[in-house]
Amino acid sequence: MLVSIKWLKDYVNTQDLPPAELGEKITRAGIEVDAVIDRSEGLSNIVVGHVESCVKHPEADKLNICQVNVGEETTQIICGAPNIAAGQNVIVARPGARLPGGMKIKKAKLRGEESNGMICSLQELGIEGKLVPKAYAEGIYVLPENAEVGSDVITNFDLDDTVLELGLTPNRADAMSMLGVAYEVGAILEERVKLPEITYKEAEDKASSMLTLNIDSPEANPLYVAKVVRGIEVKESPMWLQQRLMAAGVRPHNNVVDVTNYVLMEYGQPLHAFDYDLLETGNITVRHAKKDELITTLDGNERKLSLNNLVITNGEKPVALAGVMGGANSEVSKDTKTVVIESAYFESGSIRQTSKEHNLRSDASSRYEKGVDPNRVIPAAERAAQLLSELAGGEVLAGSVIFDQLQREEKVVNVSPDFINSRLGMKIRFDDMLDILNRLQFKTEAMNNQLMISVPTRRQDIQIEEDIVEEIARLYGYDEIPSTLPETATSPGGLSPYQQKRRIVRNYMEGAGLLQATTYSLTSEKSATQFAMKQTELTRLLMPMSEERSTLRQSLLPHLLESVSYNTARRIDSVALYETGSVFLKGQDELLNEEEHLAIAVTGLWLDNSWQGEKKAVDFFVVKGIVEGLAVKLDVELDFERGELDGLHPGRTAFITLDGRRIGVIGQLHPNEQKARDLKTTIVMELSLAELFKEQTEALVYTQVPRYPSITRDVALVLSKIVEAGTIEKLIRSAGGKLLKDVRVFDLYEGDNLEAGKKSVAFSLTYFDPEKTLTDEEVTAVHEKVVAALIESGAELRS
Amino acid sequence: MEAQLNELKTHALDKIAAASNVKELNAVRVAYLGKKGPITDLLKGMGKLPAEERPKMGALVNVVREEVTARLEERMAILEEQAINEKLQSETIDITLPGRPVKSGNAHPLTRVIEEIEDLFISMGYEIEEGPEVEKDYYNFEALNLPKGHPARDMQDSFYISEDILLRTHTSPVQARTMEAKGGEPIKIICPGKVYRRDNDDATHSHQFTQIEGLVIGEDIRMSDLKGTLSVFAKKMFGEDREIRLRPSFFPFTEPSVEMDISCFKCGGEGCNVCKKTGWIEILGAGMVHPNVLEMAGYDSKRLTGFAFGMGPERIAMLKYGIEDIRHFYTNDVRFLSQFQRTEV
Ligand SMILES: [Zn+2]
Repeated sequence: MLVSIKWLKDYVNTQDLPPAELGEKITRAGIEVDAVIDRSEGLSNIVVGHVESCVKHPEADKLNICQVNVGEETTQIICGAPNIAAGQNVIVARPGARLPGGMKIKKAKLRGEESNGMICSLQELGIEGKLVPKAYAEGIYVLPENAEVGSDVITNFDLDDTVLELGLTPNRADAMSMLGVAYEVGAILEERVKLPEITYKEAEDKASSMLTLNIDSPEANPLYVAKVVRGIEVKESPMWLQQRLMAAGVRPHNNVVDVTNYVLMEYGQPLHAFDYDLLETGNITVRHAKKDELITTLDGNERKLSLNNLVITNGEKPVALAGVMGGANSEVSKDTKTVVIESAYFESGSIRQTSKEHNLRSDASSRYEKGVDPNRVIPAAERAAQLLSELAGGEVLAGSVIFDQLQREEKVVNVSPDFINSRLGMKIRFDDMLDILNRLQFKTEAMNNQLMISVPTRRQDIQIEEDIVEEIARLYGYDEIPSTLPETATSPGGLSPYQQKRRIVRNYMEGAGLLQATTYSLTSEKSATQFAMKQTELTRLLMPMSEERSTLRQSLLPHLLESVSYNTARRIDSVALYETGSVFLKGQDELLNEEEHLAIAVTGLWLDNSWQGEKKAVDFFVVKGIVEGLAVKLDVELDFERGELDGLHPGRTAFITLDGRRIGVIGQLHPNEQKARDLKTTIVMELSLAELFKEQTEALVYTQVPRYPSITRDVALVLSKIVEAGTIEKLIRSAGGKLLKDVRVFDLYEGDNLEAGKKSVAFSLTYFDPEKTLTDEEVTAVHEKVVAALIESGAELRS
Repeated sequence: MEAQLNELKTHALDKIAAASNVKELNAVRVAYLGKKGPITDLLKGMGKLPAEERPKMGALVNVVREEVTARLEERMAILEEQAINEKLQSETIDITLPGRPVKSGNAHPLTRVIEEIEDLFISMGYEIEEGPEVEKDYYNFEALNLPKGHPARDMQDSFYISEDILLRTHTSPVQARTMEAKGGEPIKIICPGKVYRRDNDDATHSHQFTQIEGLVIGEDIRMSDLKGTLSVFAKKMFGEDREIRLRPSFFPFTEPSVEMDISCFKCGGEGCNVCKKTGWIEILGAGMVHPNVLEMAGYDSKRLTGFAFGMGPERIAMLKYGIEDIRHFYTNDVRFLSQFQRTEV
């Protein structure tokens, strides 16, 4: 909402506050002033000029040489506007004048001809092109004939004005009108609001003698007022009206349309003007549209209607889409002689639906959607009649044609001062409360320590006691509220076990050298299930913004890998990222099964200490080591079993299992996948935190520090390449029994000194007895049993 | 013989002095004091002396031997130290070479902000509640006093999956769910999480972002409690000398509703580019829980009241760290992420 302060002063005394100060007061009281716009900013030395003569420039087709009377003198100005003509009053920027954007006017010579200033368009005065009347949009602006030559344009045509741009929250529909803003400012500044005085002379003939009215849908249209004004002359509106509309962000058209828009801005009540003769039938019928009925709206679009749309008809065919936009077939034109002014109350739901259905929003529909003041429907019609009789020379027919079934009593809210103070934690005096309600112009009765407040219909946002609490508080001043802390609702607070574990994972991952990434949950249909261990049906948005963000992800890896590629494309060759976030799987419920996952993606060097000769590229075991360490932290036993997953290297992929359930996967990207993503060797891991965190961690009880030494024996084996170290380890453990404390692989050799298809793996076995010091003999006995079991399994001892 | 002894001593002492390293000195020791050395020889040769001269000569030889030994030890100490010094000298390293890197990652800046806020409120007795990101329209809107067709739904263009299921547009449904689950009991929670809106991604908009909200419900919870709580938050989060101010605003789920500004932490209120010359920075929205919201969740709004507040970690991180583009949070450029390694205590 754009509020011209000059215009506002018609209704309320603004105490001549500087605009910025007024804006600040309005903001602090509850309506945010987004901008304070000085309409004359950068303008100076701009006067009314009269074009005495205008001839073509001999050297330039598009230029005219004009002799312009600027009051003090008649001077020559070259003008290139197509619509310049002798006899016009125009806007002249004199030498030394300033225009917005810092432009300065100087005497100049154009193709050999002297030019002492510039004849201006409205755009050159800083008015947005879309607000300039169509007739002047492509050229200079022509001032009225009676403009005083030589006078200051800025002050005479109300450009010395400041506009407040209000950022309205949806509840404050009341401030979508100048009067509404006046009530707000009046409450803030403790000034009364002055309503427009409506007086005009009526003709003897009654409006009802020319127009009949039928309302077929009273529930959607409980109040309809029509005024008939005849004998009008459709022309340009006077300057003051045009300027006010432009200040309010509305483009002037002609006096009839401008009056309806002016009253809309003034009262917040949408109006529409029909050409009476084009209505043809002298009848207005409001009804719901028939299926597929057609109407061409004022914007030139033909629209196919549905049963939900409320239309204004002439009894036969639609002439307007009610509350949204008029029809082209009854539009006011320069030939119009008689107009019907419509002021109506349409239910907000009906208008919202129509507006949404046709993707058509107008100043009218946006007000109806939020609900207009039922008590302004009739005054707005009268105001329009008055202005038309003043500005279009019309004769207003007596009375109105009216249908009225609208309930419009004021809402009464009862609230006690104690309630207000206890909600706020304050001690506002009763008199101060009464004073604030009086400033708001709410009628209030005080009885038995209870306030009975009649809320004017313009403030439909006020329904309950809490709304009154807010009104009192915002005008009393939020700065006056003390600072306290809640005295009740005390609890120890803290993180749940799940949340604690999530933080443990985060700290562990970061300690392990990974950077935490955050990626989008929405992805393309194509990558939604890529790398997902549990793939379900896709979950697509009804109205995605793009295919890239159309579907919910089932794995964190596609986006995490995109982040890795983003970095490597910027020559960051070594990247180590992790992310925790939800994946979205279809389940039984209508809600999705959201499972929190942990994912890792690493590429490049894991360790880079080149000058000391330590350099280690990422590989499967780097990431496996991280997972194993995490298992220790969380006290869970994870197993790794060989597996395959699309997109991963078939020989370098393992599923991570917990109690036999697959909860994750770890692997190297498939070479094709690496190529497609322009990556070198990249290892990924993803597992379900939900599964990992399922079990409650057991209490930590320490085991005694060993009192007796342990003894280590090594065994080097030659194995077939297909035999996995894990299998051998299990064998060793079962043969080693109780005394075998630990088994560790300490060497792996695959090379020339071995038979083809063989490898050598060396294990280090630690024996330990918590009860005593083991003797060599005891260890040897067990160790030989282990070796025997190994040989029996087909392993050879390596000498 | 005495002369011989003196000559021997002189020679020995000369050799000791001339030894330039431990090895040479050890050779001198062997040469003069060893079993086959001249002093031993002299002692052995004592037998040939007359008996009355023997004690005198014996004493003399011992004196010489002791002196030679003493000088030798003295010299040995010097040479040993010299040897150590030479060894140390030769072992000198270039300490300006870089150390072996310790691999260390760090939290995402949004996690950092969210955990800081969580911890602050945990210390004031709050619990952390979370909820689904794919939510029912009921919890996202209706339970929050936003029935179908409410004009404020305009403000929150949403990603629907079906007519009744959508990606939550705020973390407030967690409040609605918690209230429903608590069945009328007091509540003191913080709800962080991801939310989604139908926005085109640009420097200031993101279709996915995070929110963190707080909710307190109890007997006689007043607006002054909200103000006090937010004041503590502002001081702990942005500095002890921060002032707060409340401005009236509108949210369908609170009444009265406010927006909170803090005095600019960059200029202290004088006006700068961070606060757009106003001295104040808008940080969060808040209000007293709307009685309709309480009643919908089964609370007696006459008996229990509450306050709620909500803020955007992206905005806070952008203000705190001077980040100019919201997309940085979701691009995961290592050069961006790794800047949040260091602490700020
Ligand atoms: Zn500042």
